[in-house]
Amino acid sequence: METPDQSEFPPLSLAVPEPEVRPGDRPDFSQVRIPHAGSVRRPPVDADPEEIRDLAFTIIRVLNRDGQAAGPWAEALKIVPEELKEGLRHMMTLRAYDARMLIAQRQQKTSFYMQHLGEEAISCAFRRALAPGDMNFPTYRQAGLLIAGGYSLKTMMCQVYSNDADPMRGRQLPVMYSSKEHGFFSISGNLATQYIQAVGWAMASAISRDHRIAAAWIGDGSTAESDFHAALVFASTYKAPVVLNIVNNQWAISTFQGIARGGSGTFAARGHGFGIPALRVDGNDYLAVLAAAQWAAERARRNLGPTVVEYVTYRAGGHSTSDDPSAYRPAEESAAWPLGDPILRLKNHLIAIGEWSEERHAQAEAGIHAEVVAAQKEAEAIGTLHQGQRPSPADMFEDVYAEMPPHLLKQRHEAGF
Amino acid sequence: MARMTMIEAIRDALDAAMGADPKVVVFGEDVGYFGGVFRVTAGLQAKYGKTRCFDTPINESGIVGAGIGMAAYGLRPVVEIQFADYMYPAYDQIVSEAARLRYRSAGEFTCPMVVRMPTGGGIFGGQTHSQSPEALFTHVTGLKTVVPSNPHDAKGLLLAAIEDPDPVIFMEPKRLYNGPFDGHYDRPVTAWKTHELGEVPEGHYTVPLGKAVIRRPGQAATVLTYGTMVHVALAAVQESGIDAEVIDLRTLLPLDLETLVASVRRTGRCLVLHVATLT
Repeated sequence: METPDQSEFPPLSLAVPEPEVRPGDRPDFSQVRIPHAGSVRRPPVDADPEEIRDLAFTIIRVLNRDGQAAGPWAEALKIVPEELKEGLRHMMTLRAYDARMLIAQRQQKTSFYMQHLGEEAISCAFRRALAPGDMNFPTYRQAGLLIAGGYSLKTMMCQVYSNDADPMRGRQLPVMYSSKEHGFFSISGNLATQYIQAVGWAMASAISRDHRIAAAWIGDGSTAESDFHAALVFASTYKAPVVLNIVNNQWAISTFQGIARGGSGTFAARGHGFGIPALRVDGNDYLAVLAAAQWAAERARRNLGPTVVEYVTYRAGGHSTSDDPSAYRPAEESAAWPLGDPILRLKNHLIAIGEWSEERHAQAEAGIHAEVVAAQKEAEAIGTLHQGQRPSPADMFEDVYAEMPPHLLKQRHEAGF
Repeated sequence: MARMTMIEAIRDALDAAMGADPKVVVFGEDVGYFGGVFRVTAGLQAKYGKTRCFDTPINESGIVGAGIGMAAYGLRPVVEIQFADYMYPAYDQIVSEAARLRYRSAGEFTCPMVVRMPTGGGIFGGQTHSQSPEALFTHVTGLKTVVPSNPHDAKGLLLAAIEDPDPVIFMEPKRLYNGPFDGHYDRPVTAWKTHELGEVPEGHYTVPLGKAVIRRPGQAATVLTYGTMVHVALAAVQESGIDAEVIDLRTLLPLDLETLVASVRRTGRCLVLHVATLT
């Protein structure tokens, strides 16, 4: 089809954003503006969202380069050193667990694994802001919610191995855990569906005049899904008691965050169009995550409504064991990430305040390693993907309905069970 | 016993469920203050308050997704999709989430939710207000799909659906809302108040899910049908004089094979009558 060339303007062209660098280039994070730790203000939890729009365009940080906790967010923190040590332990456990499961995947004990490397602070610290009965609607990269909530490592491994002790009976992709008791909603492989479900759960709590709150989780890439926007409009309309977490780890498999973010500046700023207060937080800073989580959780619990929280972090590993990030980003990019390593930063803080030492750290590391290995031995004694005790195929027909209807009973009989 | 239209019978079921169980909540587009574009939820907000019956943003995936969260919490949401034709944005939430939540969590989280939707043609609504998408649900295990054909069943089936521990798709043939349709557009519609199935018992009763009913016993052939076409089949039997057995399936999934097979064994002939697409 020919278009008559009558325009006074040049022909249109399509904008397709690109990351700053690609493999072979020098890593460049100069566009990430990083304020000094302690420099961002902390408004009261009932602040007018219009008055705190700046908090969606900065980065709330607590731990500075000297390992000191600085500023108003640090001062408002409700935590004692013993709990900080526990938090460090949670992150170290998650990292050790990931490392063992990655090896197990290479040994074909499981088909698939997804690690948290670099993102441990977010789920581990956030868990601490919740109360018993609250419900997380997680993605596949928040296992810290389980570990920090005291869930059994062995049971997690049994799920990854799809063995006979897998609570999900081998029906779910490895890492798609579920534990109602631990406030961890069943994970879906369909992205963003859980975000609006979390809002519905929170609405139900408010309808029931309950005290429990919900936490929704999503990655930077999945904020482009329609269900993300559905969640924000429902949360905004009904002032649902929910914390709307966005983990911006820069990469959605091979797609850089700019594709999902578009022209909005930051992911946190998505909240503004819905009148939802939004914070942007250093996701590699355990104390900053906890401080923001406590602020947002208090808002929800005081019936002040939802909060959007963007955690700025970096996915130091591949998306999953099926991914090779060197194909789309410089291999050195992870080391160049300016917000550092969450475990190292909390460790340095504990040392700086005289609560920790290199020796104690090495000791803890060895202890955690032994604990993870012991759990792994127990899980593997039950079975792995191709060996040992596995769920019976007869299980395939269970839990489709509360009561098995005649046609499924017939199918089960036809399958020989 | 009161004679009701199908709209009144469905409203009566919602009223009975909401009155009996504070966990039952009703929401969707225009269902709150106004009472729904077909008036099904009229008066419920005034009676039960804004947190039990309310309007939602126009976002079907949001309506069903929020319902799933509420059901997982422990409520009994009954959500309305304004027309079955509008359910496609919610299809992922229905198929990947509601239908599979019990299965994927091995029974830890469940979804006792009802998704109501007016369905089918016959009201001159064009192609965006006339579809019968039931086949898209009957191929999804984990769901139950119900299509009532009269006020009595509509109330009893809806109460059974609300009490069911699993998600139920409840499709309301809108051509039947005000009276049974005999297939003749040129004739005035018979009102439910003159029809024996327009008699709706007061209070609580259920019509079991998964059970078909023989509307007219016969020997010459079995007609398997549901919803709007039940009445077209009965009228056709009368007009043609063929002694056909007309079976109203009522629930499409799980299908009451026992009743169907017994009938077809007896008559030796089977005709399937429906208004859904053939592909």
